[in-house]
Amino acid sequence: MNNEIHQAFIKQKRKQKIYVFLVQISLLLSLFIAWEVAAYKRWINPLIFSFPSKIWELFVTKLADNSLLPHISITLSETVLGFLLGTLLGTIIATILWWSPFLNRVFEPYLIVLNSMPKIALGPLFIVSLGPGFISIMAMALMITVIITTIVVYTNFKEVNENYIKVIQTFGGRKIDIYTKVILPSSVPTIVSTLKVNVGLAWVGVIVGEFLVAKQGLGYLIIYGFQVFNFTLVMLSILIIACIATLMYQGVYRFEQWLIKDRM
Amino acid sequence: MEHIKIHLENITHVYVTKTHAHTAIENVNLEITTGEFISIVGPSGCGKSTILSCIAGLLNPTFGKILIDDIPITKPSSKVGYMLQSDYLFEWRTIYKNTCIGLEIMKQLNEQTMLRAKQLLGELGLGDYKDTYPVQLSGGMRQRAALVRTLVTEPDVLLLDEPFSALDYQNKLKLEDLVSMTLKKHQKTAVLVTHDIAEAIAMSDRIIIMDSNPGRIKEIIIIPQAIRDKLPFDAREAEGFYDIFHKIWKELDVNE
Repeated sequence: MNNEIHQAFIKQKRKQKIYVFLVQISLLLSLFIAWEVAAYKRWINPLIFSFPSKIWELFVTKLADNSLLPHISITLSETVLGFLLGTLLGTIIATILWWSPFLNRVFEPYLIVLNSMPKIALGPLFIVSLGPGFISIMAMALMITVIITTIVVYTNFKEVNENYIKVIQTFGGRKIDIYTKVILPSSVPTIVSTLKVNVGLAWVGVIVGEFLVAKQGLGYLIIYGFQVFNFTLVMLSILIIACIATLMYQGVYRFEQWLIKDRM
Repeated sequence: MEHIKIHLENITHVYVTKTHAHTAIENVNLEITTGEFISIVGPSGCGKSTILSCIAGLLNPTFGKILIDDIPITKPSSKVGYMLQSDYLFEWRTIYKNTCIGLEIMKQLNEQTMLRAKQLLGELGLGDYKDTYPVQLSGGMRQRAALVRTLVTEPDVLLLDEPFSALDYQNKLKLEDLVSMTLKKHQKTAVLVTHDIAEAIAMSDRIIIMDSNPGRIKEIIIIPQAIRDKLPFDAREAEGFYDIFHKIWKELDVNE
């Protein structure tokens, strides 16, 4: 009896899931069709918005002559490196600030200034000082991710319940024990969720960096397409970015789920 | 001649904040013998927890000193185990790993101590749950796991800071019996801080009644042997239990 009810419930849930998915897919398809028709009928300017069919054609030719993959891979590696390094560095800085209340007090106003400042404004400085290339783009991505990671992770470190620390202290634990046994493990969920935020932020840093450096990468393709007024190329790059960014976010999300599954 | 385990000599502690200095406890003198169970009761803010923190070595009293086995305490010692109001088990560790945390910190994790942890878990009815995570256990079971965590490092002295107050009544009574039995069996000295007068009488050999502002020892009540010999649950039924209850109740009432 109970089993039947449960089965029916599962079935119902699965049905709903399929239904949602179908609607999502058809929405996407109709968007593309509407775009194609609207551009064809000149309801929207095809010079700016291009056609889905032309974008697809360009995608296939560029794949075939291998003038797309190098750009994708450079942008991808910059972004992945950006958000991983950003999260790592931010966590390390947060650790230093937690470890030394003195340093924390000293650096607090600097952090506030850096956090409220639009980091992208520093772009030209990076390019002049670090050279127009990979390092400048990384610096851009890091600048955007590190500060916010530091602040979020440090705040989380401070919010760890005092009594957990007391447990460690009653066993004679020192600061290193408090850090490795309580502070860090209890902040893992926060660090992983900043990883998620940093995926998005690293994209901003990398694309803007590529705009400015304008040598290679998807950001370069966008700015190049814009300059030669080839908006099919711009649209293609944007669509590729959307796809990869989503995949990356999903990847981090899966990782997060896997990491916290034991604690649920 | 009974051996004096813990000796508090003229302990005074002053908390200093930006705006003022506050005397939490003043001239507290106390001798606790080996194997004795002491309870401290008193109004909130009478410095009960301060005394525990001092004995635990987490807090150095402003004046006076504390000796355990005639050795002054200035920092946490492996002789002292501390149980907090709530279990504070680490959610990311299994029950077994949680009980090993003290051993890890004291660098005593070896085959023998690991076996001891498992045995204690079994003794306290958690043998089947050693690989589960704290969220999966009830409040009573979690507090038992916390007890194992405290006992496994084999402290001679146990400090109990209202460890039963977060539990429901039934679990509280059960755990009181269990703690009482376990401590007697392992010959531990214990200091319990509690708000619950009945709990204090049922578990202790002596009860310290504190005064507040500043915290001072007001009176010490010795529990008759007849009540001491019983388990906490049965002690509540023992003759003379309510006389002591009313006596303490009055003492505390005057304070208010």
